[in-house]
Amino acid sequence: MEILMCILGGALFAAGIYLLLQRQLLRIILGTALVSHGAHLLILTMGKLNRGAPPVLGEGIGHYTDPLPQALILTSIVISFGVTSFLLVLAYRAYQKNRTDMMDQLRGTEDE
Amino acid sequence: MSNLVVLPILIPLFFGAMFVFFHNKLAAVRLMSFVVLLINTATAIFIVYEVYSKGALILETGGWKAPYGIILIADKLSSLLILTTNIIALAACVYAGATLDEEREKHYFYTLFLILIAGVSGAFLTGDLFNLFVFFEVLLMASYSLIVLGATKVQLRESIKYVLLNLFSSMLFVTTVAFLYSVTGTVNMAQLAERVGEIQQKGVLTSIAILLFVVFATKGALFPLYFWLPKSYTAPPSVISALFGALLTKVGIYSILRVFSLIFVYKLETTHAFFLLLAGFTLIFGVIGALSTHNVKLIIAYNIIPAIGFMLLGIGTFSAESLAGTIYYLVHDMIIKAALFFLAGILVYIAGTSDLRKMGGYIKGYPLVGWMFFLSALVLAGIPPFSGFIGKLLLLKGAFAEKHYLVAAIGLGCSLLILLSIIRIFIMAFWGEQKEGKKIKLKRGMVIPPLALLCFSIFLGIGAEWVYPHIQSIADGLANPSQYINEVLKAR
Repeated sequence: MEILMCILGGALFAAGIYLLLQRQLLRIILGTALVSHGAHLLILTMGKLNRGAPPVLGEGIGHYTDPLPQALILTSIVISFGVTSFLLVLAYRAYQKNRTDMMDQLRGTEDE
Repeated sequence: MSNLVVLPILIPLFFGAMFVFFHNKLAAVRLMSFVVLLINTATAIFIVYEVYSKGALILETGGWKAPYGIILIADKLSSLLILTTNIIALAACVYAGATLDEEREKHYFYTLFLILIAGVSGAFLTGDLFNLFVFFEVLLMASYSLIVLGATKVQLRESIKYVLLNLFSSMLFVTTVAFLYSVTGTVNMAQLAERVGEIQQKGVLTSIAILLFVVFATKGALFPLYFWLPKSYTAPPSVISALFGALLTKVGIYSILRVFSLIFVYKLETTHAFFLLLAGFTLIFGVIGALSTHNVKLIIAYNIIPAIGFMLLGIGTFSAESLAGTIYYLVHDMIIKAALFFLAGILVYIAGTSDLRKMGGYIKGYPLVGWMFFLSALVLAGIPPFSGFIGKLLLLKGAFAEKHYLVAAIGLGCSLLILLSIIRIFIMAFWGEQKEGKKIKLKRGMVIPPLALLCFSIFLGIGAEWVYPHIQSIADGLANPSQYINEVLKAR
């Protein structure tokens, strides 16, 4: 199961980076979303995918599932959600102002 | 256990949030932010006093013992940096009141500014790697909003690149933390240090270390990851550039300093030798950038990069002396970069343009600004007896002692070129024929902040006899991390 999750995470990263390298702004934003999904899956996998045991160690409990990765993912998801929504608004305003959403036309010149 | 540690984060965060409700009452908000920062500075001074007299202050949040919960720790290094941050914030607060247009101030400038300070303080104080990521995001989120505040064409264009790059490196940070967690089973820095030490940083750990370095290098603008910095830092108004230039990149270099003096110190010939190489390139390319342009703000922004190179040189050399140099240079550079950005802002205000070729002869009308600029150029380039000199002396002495002659020579050469790039502004803007245009009266709030910072910086240089032993004791602590580990984990 861990192997499968790793491959999935890797595929998300690959697709995300492909999209990041595009010129159109919206695709780049979707790319960042995919990359962050990949990173979150990776955190989940890194804590081992165990189930069916309590998340705390106590007397008489030899086997437990690690709750920390889920806490980390939750934090990270909230943050990337916030940043993505900010980025979408920013991209919309930039499109309105610059009248283009192609990155190669957003290079800027010296004489401004 | 001491609740004092959380105050430098809590005070600005709370009042920053409160100011959202009063954003139209500008005069009150201006005054209140100054008072809040004053209180915060007083707290920082008290923390510094406590730390230097009694040892590191540790707060285990929620009462969870050290390796299980998040801890905040104010040791000598963090408390010093918190104090410096607050001094710069005070100056920036006054400068913002004098220079920013009302529209920007009303659109939550002070809220975002205070949250930025909270994020920076948090990043300095935390003792947990994942929590460091969270505070990075807090300060980045504030910086995303600050950089685009005003929504001019240039700002919108540059902020997209800034946000995208930082978002990607943040995701890389999360990935790295995940890797580290899977190998060591902890995200607490002290326990990480202990566990990495137990297995002598074998196997995949060095790769993870380099990945972590790449993340911090992107935030700290090191070669070859500095390309985003100059343009995006010059897009917003000067006070925001000053905050970014003084604080944000320094958080990146602080993280490198912390992680690579505490956790990953067992494969010096791989990691730290690599840093030396990058330090050399960072120095050279930063200086070339600074010499390549006639835009005042861009010259100052490019000058951030070689300064980062100098600090990395100290980390790469990794002796107690060179680490002291890095810390000295870090504090010096935070202060003087803020002052220089303030002065560049005044110049742009006087001239109405940031193009050096359209300036000239301002020494007659604005002698104080001219002399301040001249002095800060000397301080930045490291002419004795100013603070830049002490930092560079320690750094280069350390590098020569460890036989890193080439990179030390590059450092020396680059110091000269830094002086050239800054003095060029002085010569072109203040000497020569007075350009047409009537004399503009400068507000007091514009001149006092750089003057105060400059005095502070000169004190750091002249008072080196008094400051240096403290810095050296910080560096000795960094070179010998077992003390930090024991302080954090003693509760077990």
